[in-house]
Amino acid sequence: MEVLKIATAGSVDDGKSTLIGRLLYDTNSLTSDKIEAIEKTSKQKGYDYLDFSLATDGLVAEREQGITIDVAHIYFSTNNKSYIIADTPGHVEYTRNMITGASTSQAAIILIDARKGVIEQTKRHFFINNLLRVKEVVVAINKMDLVAFSEEIYKTIKSDFHKLLKERDYQEQRITFIPVSALKGDNIVHKSETMTWYSGQTLLEHLEVLDFKDIYNVGTPRFPVQSVIRPKIDAFRDFRGYAGKVYGGELSIGDSVLVLPSKAKTKIKSIYFYDQEVQTASRRSSVTLTLEDEINISRGDMITKLDNLPVISKQFAAKIAWMDRETLKVGNKYVIQHGVNKVLAKVDRIHHTINTDFSGIVETVNELDINDIALVSFKLNKPIFYDAFKNHRTNGSFIIINPQSNTTAGAGFIQ
Amino acid sequence: MKNTSHINPLENEAIYIFREVVAQFEKPVLLFSGGKDSITLVRLAQKAFYPSKIPFPLLHIDTGHNFPETIVFRDRLTKELGLELIVRHVQDSIDQGKVIEESGRYSSRNALQTTTLLEAIEEFKFDACIGGARRDEEKARAKERVFSIRDNFGQWDEKNQRPELFDMLNGQIEFGQNVRVFPISNWTELDVWSYIEREKMEIPSIYFAHLRKTFIRDGMIWTNDDAIVFRDEEEVVKERLIRFRTVGDMSCTAAVLSAASDISSVVQEIRDSTISERGARIDDKRSESAMEKRKQQGYF
Repeated sequence: MEVLKIATAGSVDDGKSTLIGRLLYDTNSLTSDKIEAIEKTSKQKGYDYLDFSLATDGLVAEREQGITIDVAHIYFSTNNKSYIIADTPGHVEYTRNMITGASTSQAAIILIDARKGVIEQTKRHFFINNLLRVKEVVVAINKMDLVAFSEEIYKTIKSDFHKLLKERDYQEQRITFIPVSALKGDNIVHKSETMTWYSGQTLLEHLEVLDFKDIYNVGTPRFPVQSVIRPKIDAFRDFRGYAGKVYGGELSIGDSVLVLPSKAKTKIKSIYFYDQEVQTASRRSSVTLTLEDEINISRGDMITKLDNLPVISKQFAAKIAWMDRETLKVGNKYVIQHGVNKVLAKVDRIHHTINTDFSGIVETVNELDINDIALVSFKLNKPIFYDAFKNHRTNGSFIIINPQSNTTAGAGFIQ
Repeated sequence: MKNTSHINPLENEAIYIFREVVAQFEKPVLLFSGGKDSITLVRLAQKAFYPSKIPFPLLHIDTGHNFPETIVFRDRLTKELGLELIVRHVQDSIDQGKVIEESGRYSSRNALQTTTLLEAIEEFKFDACIGGARRDEEKARAKERVFSIRDNFGQWDEKNQRPELFDMLNGQIEFGQNVRVFPISNWTELDVWSYIEREKMEIPSIYFAHLRKTFIRDGMIWTNDDAIVFRDEEEVVKERLIRFRTVGDMSCTAAVLSAASDISSVVQEIRDSTISERGARIDDKRSESAMEKRKQQGYF
């Protein structure tokens, strides 16, 4: 059974929470006490339908303002898959939360209000998902019931959306369009009886057959060492294990490996998953390796195979999403956390900012404000071992930490 | 047994989180309640550091209203695994006048444990408290990060949480702050039960069907214990075949009628259930935002 993480972005106005609620309701995923609570609150508010957004907007401020502020995680499953929905806010001031949700998702659902068509917010959601290379995008054209289920309108919106794919910052992605009415339940789980002109799959049908097996199977294995395990107990007196998670490939006993930054060569001697010795550590498994030779290795070092090495460098350029209220300026110093590795970094140059509506770039920028996306060059106090984000989602991304406030001030995607 | 392969990525994620905690913090502690979620955490911690022992102590905030079976289980588990167990008592906080015992029909010590917990954090200078909360439990918890920063007063600033991107966990904090860590954030209740079954883990006996003296209030089944649980005279005590689906205090945990006497029938029951887990938590019924309010104050 697979786990599929999906990010949704949009405001309550688009009916996003209603869509999620509908998905839960029509898959029998809402427990009876939750349905009762929704019925009760909907009634109190005087609605004549069930307000499913109440199932997902969890914070008091969210219910008061009728908007989603932070990422909520919603879980449901079918016989086929386990689903995790990261329900993210759509307002521009919460772009950072949208990025958070998208960073761990394999698919995204972008909602469009059929009455409004492609608006700035739609473009921004798409831009973020595109920037983060979320593999699969579903564009759900919602509230079709309010436009008389018009095929004409659906087609217009679809062709407006297609124009974005010709813009300069667009990166290749798989995109599917589905006309829906979350409120009435059309094409969410059940096929619409009204929109007979649409012959494609419902939203759930589409999600059920998506195949993401290859998503992490790009590049070669990268094993960032999280910690060194030295038990100091009699049964394991000489045991020296390297704990970490395998990204982008597999590692097996006997593989020749290179340790960075020392560039020492050795072989994998054993692989432990808990008390089991295994032959191969598969992608994204948290294992402990032992090596043939005694090499000085510490947290932040990386074990890779001998071919297809990452770039080892003290500088790089990256697209960054700035998330801090304090502006980023040339010359500022930050901590960059790249996987489990931390280095000091200095902003060398801000090349340009990138408009989140695909309208191009702005050059001659002196500083970055919260929610700006930009191409920035950094210089580091020691080398890191990275891949381009397009080849390696994990080893090509990093976060920027403000050393004064300790907050996560930005996210970066290495070019 | 059903296919449990979907738990593997969750297990790998949790192990990764445990290792990050130990690498990034000086004094982590595992908040242990004796419930199924914290028992699962202990197993995951074993896996993360094998063949080393779990490199941090367990902390139990004992409300004095626990089910005795849970305490027996707690002591046996920690002894068997050779773990360090720290216990702090809500009764001490009451005796010292730091908190006032609630009284009346719905009184419970559940909210009081926050004070005792925050004092223990200060006493031992813990900088990371690992807990078994899951996002599927409750809608305020659905918003929680994996590393969730608490200020000097133990408070949660829910509108200003640090973004968490990809696998990267930023554990940098100021002196006096601490972090709550939730390694099984992405697990559902069914995942936890399936994992307990798959790993053949032991859990306290109250999770399985047994006969217990109970009474009914507000459509829920309450444990009868005259010393701990308030009961009106007209609330009639009757022996019922029940089990507990979640384990908190006796005064705030309702039972469910059940004949599920082993782990596989419990898993089946959860699979078929139409009531959510916290539907049996009396403390959440207080208001729509009961959990969020408690969390802001430092509740775990």
